[in-house]
Amino acid sequence: MVGLLAQAGEAARLDTPEVEWTALAPVLVMIGGAVLLMVVAALAPRGSRVGWHAIVTIAVAVAAIATVVPQWNRVGDDGPFSVVAGSVGVDRFSLFLTVVICASVVIATLFTDGYLRREGLEGAEPYVLMLLSASGGLIMASANDLIVMFLGLEILSIAVYVLAGMHLRRVRSGEAAIKYFVLGAFSSAFFLYGVAMVYGATGSTNLVEVADFLARNTLADSGLLVAGFALLLVGFGFKVAAVPFHSWTPDVYQGSPTPIVSYMASGVKAAGFAGLLRVFVVTFGDYRLDWQPIVYWVAVLSLLVGAVLAVVQTDVKRAMAYSSINHAGFILMGVQAASDRGVSAALFYLAAYTFMVAGTFGVLTVVGRRGDGHHQLSDYAGLGRREPLLALALVVFLLAQAGTPLTSGFLAKFYVIDAAIESRSFWLALVAMLSAVISAFLYLRIILAMYGSSDDAETADGAAATAGPRLRVPAAAGIALVIAVVATIGIGLVPDPLSETARDATPELVASGD
Amino acid sequence: MLLNQFLILSAVLFAIGVYGVIARRNGVAVLMSIELILNAVNINLVAFSAMTGTLAGQVFALFVIAIAAAEVGVGLAIVLVIYRNRRSIDLDEVDLMRG
Repeated sequence: MVGLLAQAGEAARLDTPEVEWTALAPVLVMIGGAVLLMVVAALAPRGSRVGWHAIVTIAVAVAAIATVVPQWNRVGDDGPFSVVAGSVGVDRFSLFLTVVICASVVIATLFTDGYLRREGLEGAEPYVLMLLSASGGLIMASANDLIVMFLGLEILSIAVYVLAGMHLRRVRSGEAAIKYFVLGAFSSAFFLYGVAMVYGATGSTNLVEVADFLARNTLADSGLLVAGFALLLVGFGFKVAAVPFHSWTPDVYQGSPTPIVSYMASGVKAAGFAGLLRVFVVTFGDYRLDWQPIVYWVAVLSLLVGAVLAVVQTDVKRAMAYSSINHAGFILMGVQAASDRGVSAALFYLAAYTFMVAGTFGVLTVVGRRGDGHHQLSDYAGLGRREPLLALALVVFLLAQAGTPLTSGFLAKFYVIDAAIESRSFWLALVAMLSAVISAFLYLRIILAMYGSSDDAETADGAAATAGPRLRVPAAAGIALVIAVVATIGIGLVPDPLSETARDATPELVASGD
Repeated sequence: MLLNQFLILSAVLFAIGVYGVIARRNGVAVLMSIELILNAVNINLVAFSAMTGTLAGQVFALFVIAIAAAEVGVGLAIVLVIYRNRRSIDLDEVDLMRG
């Protein structure tokens, strides 16, 4: 032993690769926080009155956002850089989405706390899984290598499969989990096959090297590459719930615990679009003529199918699932433009959408009552009289989703349509506006149900009689709703800070320094 | 051996896996089909790695094996929950929600 140590002392210093840990801080904070929470929760007695699991989770997510600030300034001073041998890139694009994903975790956590108490499911596991899943999203946002992108995608997804099945006693929760899992694993496998194809065509998995190779060489036979594009698009299309890869969305959103859906619709979607934008718009930008038409039609189908099928639903949660497909179509318009303006429009949309959709599902969590089963349109009848504040919050979120002026939704839709027109996709812009009109019908229908007059009075009384006691809005959920309402209206009234930040946040590929 | 032979083998395995996911009703058989697809990708990756002479593909194959293990672990747990709740793992019967 002593001899070994002496030998080690004499030996030359090992040349270990340099890793800039500060650049990985957001991911490390999230994973470290998750592991810490898991260990402490296993040792501490269960069932305390204070929701310290939720408080720790929020602290971790806020700490991750705090680590972004110095890096944002550093990127501003020195330009974007890459770390870990060029496999993780740090640019303002990745930092922007880091903040968006962490914000969605904060809001979803606030709703989860009340939900878990109501359903008698207290425990740290949902929070741990949410933090781990979000760390996968952060990895996807900053991945500079297809291997890292795939690892991020799987870290993101596997945790969410479990979260979907979190409510062990509800059969529907298990059904949502198995459907999400089977189709999710299936699409991940397609994604992986696509990575293999791109690797075969270009000889590298590093996005910088792939982009370099495509810029320098003209492929005699681009079949392998285009097959790779198509398969990668299937993988991303599934994660962002775009038609025709959307079939899981309604079932999974309807069956999963509602606060988890708020995370799925905001955080998971943002991570999916992060990967889509970085891989397609930035890396395969030179081959945009090959993939733009596919994205164009996926966007058209998502816009129309999402809007039309949302209107015919009677289950509000399911209708919101279709509405999220419609929103995915809007964000895809930014991807399809394949320009800086398209990217910043997509980023603005994702940031604004995070708050409005998380808030919407937050209200649905409260209205769902014990058992999480009251999501029919009739359960909303007379909500405006019974719970004026809650109904008002839902009105704000629904109007924002419909794209009413003075809310964040209007400018979000305006920017993506603007980007589509700039790239001369006039028909796409027209379809988008048409679908906005169709889906506005859905949102208005819910609002009318809440404030329904005259002939609804008796049904409202009936509903009040069957619904029993007043809805209880937990304090944490109240805080989250206030945050979401303020953000939704605030971004609508003063959009400049966010839109300028989104404009700065262009993705760039940087090769490793050495 | 020619590269094509590996690619064809991989494509055949991939197709069998896709067929399995779509057509099989047994939850565990579906999990096995997903494994088959992932292993088809591994063959591809190693073949391309040998063709281009870069190591990335082989390293990636190791990562894929690890991920596949994690995925099957979670998948079996979910199938178990389904089985506890309804005493069957026939995925065609899992259809409370539709429309």
